[in-house]
Amino acid sequence: MSRKHILFAAIALLLLIFVPMGQKNYIIYVLTSWLMFSIAAMGLNLTLGYAGQISLAQASFMGIGAYITALVTLAGYHWVLGWIAAMGATFVIGLLLGYPALRVQHHFLAFVTLAFNTLVFLVLRNEEWLTGGSHGLVGMPRPDFFGISTGKNLEFYYFVLVLFVISALVFSWIVHSPWGRAFKALRENPVRAESLGVDTRRITLLAFAIGSAFGGGAGAIMTPLVQFIEPGSFGLIHSLKILLMVVVGGAGFYYGPMLGAAVVILLPELLRFTEGYYLMIYAAMVIVLMVYSPGGLIGLGHKIMARVRPKKEVRKDMAKGAQL
Amino acid sequence: MTETVLSVNHISKSFGGIHAVRDVSFEVSRGEVLGLIGPNGSGKSTLFNCVLGQLRPDKGDVHINGHRVANMRASHLNKLGVGRTFQQLSVFPQMSVLDNIILAGQEHHGTMASRLFGPSDAGLTEEADRMIAFFRLEHLRDEMAGSLSYGQQKLVDAAMAFMAGPSLVLLDEPAGGVNLTMLANLKERLETYNREHDTTFVVIEHNMEFVMSLCTRIIVLAEGAIIAEGTPEEIRSNQQVIDAYLGG
Ligand SMILES: Nc1ncnc2c1ncn2[C@@H]1O[C@H](COP(=O)(O)OP(=O)(O)OP(=O)(O)O)[C@@H](O)[C@H]1O
Ligand SMILES: [Mg+2]
Repeated sequence: MSRKHILFAAIALLLLIFVPMGQKNYIIYVLTSWLMFSIAAMGLNLTLGYAGQISLAQASFMGIGAYITALVTLAGYHWVLGWIAAMGATFVIGLLLGYPALRVQHHFLAFVTLAFNTLVFLVLRNEEWLTGGSHGLVGMPRPDFFGISTGKNLEFYYFVLVLFVISALVFSWIVHSPWGRAFKALRENPVRAESLGVDTRRITLLAFAIGSAFGGGAGAIMTPLVQFIEPGSFGLIHSLKILLMVVVGGAGFYYGPMLGAAVVILLPELLRFTEGYYLMIYAAMVIVLMVYSPGGLIGLGHKIMARVRPKKEVRKDMAKGAQL
Repeated sequence: MTETVLSVNHISKSFGGIHAVRDVSFEVSRGEVLGLIGPNGSGKSTLFNCVLGQLRPDKGDVHINGHRVANMRASHLNKLGVGRTFQQLSVFPQMSVLDNIILAGQEHHGTMASRLFGPSDAGLTEEADRMIAFFRLEHLRDEMAGSLSYGQQKLVDAAMAFMAGPSLVLLDEPAGGVNLTMLANLKERLETYNREHDTTFVVIEHNMEFVMSLCTRIIVLAEGAIIAEGTPEEIRSNQQVIDAYLGG
C-alpha cells in the first residue's frame, strides 16, 4: 500500500473517531448502522466486485448471524462467542451457497441466491420455537469487555468502529494477497485462470464463504445494536439494499461499499426535508448515476480524474477475449 | 530412447453432425517442437481442447508424462507442468501486466495458506520481472493488460504460459497479429526456452514461415483427420498438403 493510501485511511479514521462526539443519539445510531452495513457490503464486494459472483442473499447472512448471536447471548454467553459462531456458521453456509455458482452464472445465479434469501426468511419466520417467528427476539444485551460497558450509544459506536476497522484491515489483507489476485482472475477470465493452475472451484466457493462471513459478522453487530430482531429485517429488499450499496459506491473498489453504504443510509436522512419526495429523488439519482457511471461513485471519481490526468483504460474493442 | 511427453490415442470429437476431430493419434517426445497446421475449421483448436481437458473427447485418450489425463481439470493439468495459450486473447484486462504474470505462477508456489498469509506477490516479483524481460515487455510492466495492443497482449499471454516452468507448452496461433520484428523475437524466445529448458512445444499456426522455421516436425490436419506428417521440407513438398492447404 502506498503512502497516499495510509494517509487517507488515517484521516478517515480520525474523522470516524471525532465526528460522533457530542452528537445526538439518533445521529450516532445512524452512523453505527452505516459502519455495520459497510461490513456487510464489504463482504458482498468481495463476492461480487472482486470475484464477479452475483449474490442477492447478503441480508440473509446478516440474518443468520444476527439470530445466532441473539440465541447465544440470550443463553447467557458472551457476545464474542456469538460473533465467532455467527461468522463460522455463515462461512460454512456461504460455502454451500457457492456450489450452485459452480454450475450457473449471472442472472441464473441471481435467482438461485434470491431463492436462498427467501428460504432463510421463511425459516426465520416459521420456526417459532427457535426464532420467535414473526415476533422476533428481544432483550439481547450489549456486551461488556473487561468491565468496559458498550451500553450507551456512543460507547457502542466505538465498539462497532473497532470491529469495522478490523474488518476493513482483514478485507484489505485478503484482496491484496494472492487470493485476491485469484478472485480478480476468476472475475475476468475463469477459463484462463483455470488453465494457469487456479483452482477456480475452490476460489468460487471461498468468494462466497468469505463474503458471507462478513455478512454474518455484520449481523452479529445488529443484534446488540437494535436489541430487537425480526425476519422482516433480512428479507430480499434488504439484500437488494446491500447490493445497491456495493454498486452505487463502486463494485470492485476497496472503498466502494463504504461510500455506497453512506449514500444509501445517509442520503435518505439528508433528503428528509423533501418530505414524501425523497424516495423519488433518491431513485432518480441512482438511475442517473448507474447510466453515467456503471463503476459507481468511485468509478465516477476515476472518470473525472481521467479528464484532468489522462490514464490508460481497458480497451473496449478487445474487452471480451478469453474463451476456447 | 526418446521419452514420450504427450501421446494422443484415437481422439474423436463431433459437434452434432460436424466431425471436428476424427481418430487422431500422434506422439510427441521430449524437446520436440511439433507444428499443427491445417485449413480453418480443420479441428486444430478442438484437438487442443480435447488434449487439455477443456472439451471431453467422444473417443480416445491422452497421456501426458505417463499420466492419463482424461477428465482431468485444467488447473490440475497445469500443475503437472502443462502450459497453454488460447486462440482468443486471454489476458486479465483489469490487472497490470506484472499481476497477470504473477498470477500465472502463484498457484505453483506454497500452499493455500501461504497464499493468504504470505507476501502479496507470493515471492514472485523477481521471477515475473525476469519473464517480463525475457519477452521484452519491461516498458509495459505496470500497464493494465487490457490497455495493450493486440500483439502486446499476445506476448503477455505467451509469457503467462511459461511462468509455471512447464515441461509441455501448447500454443494456439501465437503469431496471429504479431508484427514481423516481434515475431522474430517471439520465435527466438521460444527457441531459447526450448534449448535451455528442454521444453516440448506443440504449436498451431497459420504463418507458414514461422512454423516451418520453428518446428522440427509438422502434422497436417484436414477435416479433422491427419493427412500428412513429417519434417518441414517433407510437408512443403507433399502434394496432398499443397492441394488441401498450402496451395500451388
Ligand atoms: N463448441 C463447438 N460447437 C460446435 N461446433 C464446433 C465447436 N467448436 C468447434 N466446432 C466446429 O469444429 C470444427 C473445427 O473447429 P476448430 O476451432 O477446431 O478449427 P481450427 O482448425 O482451430 O480452425 P482455425 O484455424 O480457424 O482456428 C469447425 O467446423 C467448428 O465449426
Ligand atoms: Mg483454431
